[in-house]
Amino acid sequence: MTDAAYNFAYLDEATKRMIRRALLKGLAIPGYQVPFASREMPMPYGWGTGGVQVTAACLTPGDTLKVIDQGADDTTNAVSIRKFFERTAGVATTERTAGASVIQTRHRIPEKPLTEGQILVYQVPIPEPLRFLEPRESETRRMHALEEYGLMHVKLYEDVARHGAIATSYAYPVRVEGRYVMDPSPIPKFDNPKLSGMAAIQLFGAGREQRVYALPPYSRVVSLDFEDHPFEPTKADHDCDLCGASASYLDEVITDDAGGRMFVCSDTDYCAGRRAAGQRGRLAPEGEA
Amino acid sequence: MAAPAALAGGFARPAEDAARAFRACLEAMARPGRIEQIRGAEPPAPLSVAAGSVLLTLVDDTTPLFLAPSHDRPEIREWIAFHCAAPLVPAEDAAVALGSWEALHPAGRFRTGTPDYPDRSATLIVEMPALTPPNARLTGPGIETAHEARLPEIAAFQENRVGFPLGFDCYFTSGSGLAALPRSTHVEAL
Repeated sequence: MTDAAYNFAYLDEATKRMIRRALLKGLAIPGYQVPFASREMPMPYGWGTGGVQVTAACLTPGDTLKVIDQGADDTTNAVSIRKFFERTAGVATTERTAGASVIQTRHRIPEKPLTEGQILVYQVPIPEPLRFLEPRESETRRMHALEEYGLMHVKLYEDVARHGAIATSYAYPVRVEGRYVMDPSPIPKFDNPKLSGMAAIQLFGAGREQRVYALPPYSRVVSLDFEDHPFEPTKADHDCDLCGASASYLDEVITDDAGGRMFVCSDTDYCAGRRAAGQRGRLAPEGEA
Repeated sequence: MAAPAALAGGFARPAEDAARAFRACLEAMARPGRIEQIRGAEPPAPLSVAAGSVLLTLVDDTTPLFLAPSHDRPEIREWIAFHCAAPLVPAEDAAVALGSWEALHPAGRFRTGTPDYPDRSATLIVEMPALTPPNARLTGPGIETAHEARLPEIAAFQENRVGFPLGFDCYFTSGSGLAALPRSTHVEAL
């Protein structure tokens, strides 16, 4: 049910136009962070205010929205954002990846490959990949302008020197179309290869930091690495204990006080789909189809 | 006082129509050369439905607009004044420019952004007689292998690509058809 007191998708039209113009410039300059006048949203910063504004600017009445938080449809953040758009936009919602036209995500890319009709909206906390190396915005902006990315390679090199391998495991920096270095949001580096060549449009929104950026479909996105220390997407070395999947990203769940643990797919829709199809993992409940 | 004709032809349901129109703009910009359908506006001639809908979707009192001579007519000025309230400015200051390709020429005068802020660049809405047949082969971000598209010329867009990430971005409109060419696209003559 739509709350009639609100404009369609909550934001006023002038705000949506401003965000829409920024998104189009973002698509035209893949990986470049476009400043936008982020609004206060009825949720705290860090809960996806950037993603929510991007989603609000993109939604049409005919859309079907899916929201995931770390791959799960049923966590607090995902549930509340889904309800927010059910109320303010009256759009249909789903938990099925294949059935959604717009997917807002916090920190995961769905396991199922996305298609041309879909838009993936990322919630981004810190959009600037160089921020923890150089705190001044004026300097990082200049570094992007000059393609001065040596500092990022020094950071990855220091990982190698200290740990023997690149220890960065999430928010792993990427280079877009050979030009801008971009923060893919805190997705696990396991997901990085999916950024490249994706058929769907990928939009990134950082509310507190007031930036949007974008990857057009089929963009070339390369994770930074070294010839002798190539990029490696990693995951827990287990199969899913519920559906038996060996190639999906896993969450570790502590099950008791005695060191018991299980590994389950972080993508709940993917896991449920496999179990519905009869796949079973080590700890799948008896009698489940 | 604006003539009554200028008051008509806006989006019937502003939020929903603008949302649908923007999705066409988004899909077009994301997939250069692919033709989308965009509707909702009924602007005065010679403004096309597509160009009028793009204006209503993206242009307001914060986006300085350049009207090229082909479209600098009283009825279009009045329509834009009522529906968009965009300040009309010279080409060099414009965030959005509207006209036929010949009237927009020379393209080199439009803002291309700065190295720190390449987004502070113009978006051209180029009215075309038709969006077919294709005369150019497009490659780059948003294109899996190659798209074919109709462009008003080739050289200006090749030149625009050389300056990447600086440059202007274009929408091509004809009837209700909409195609886009961002600065990131490589253009070759067919």
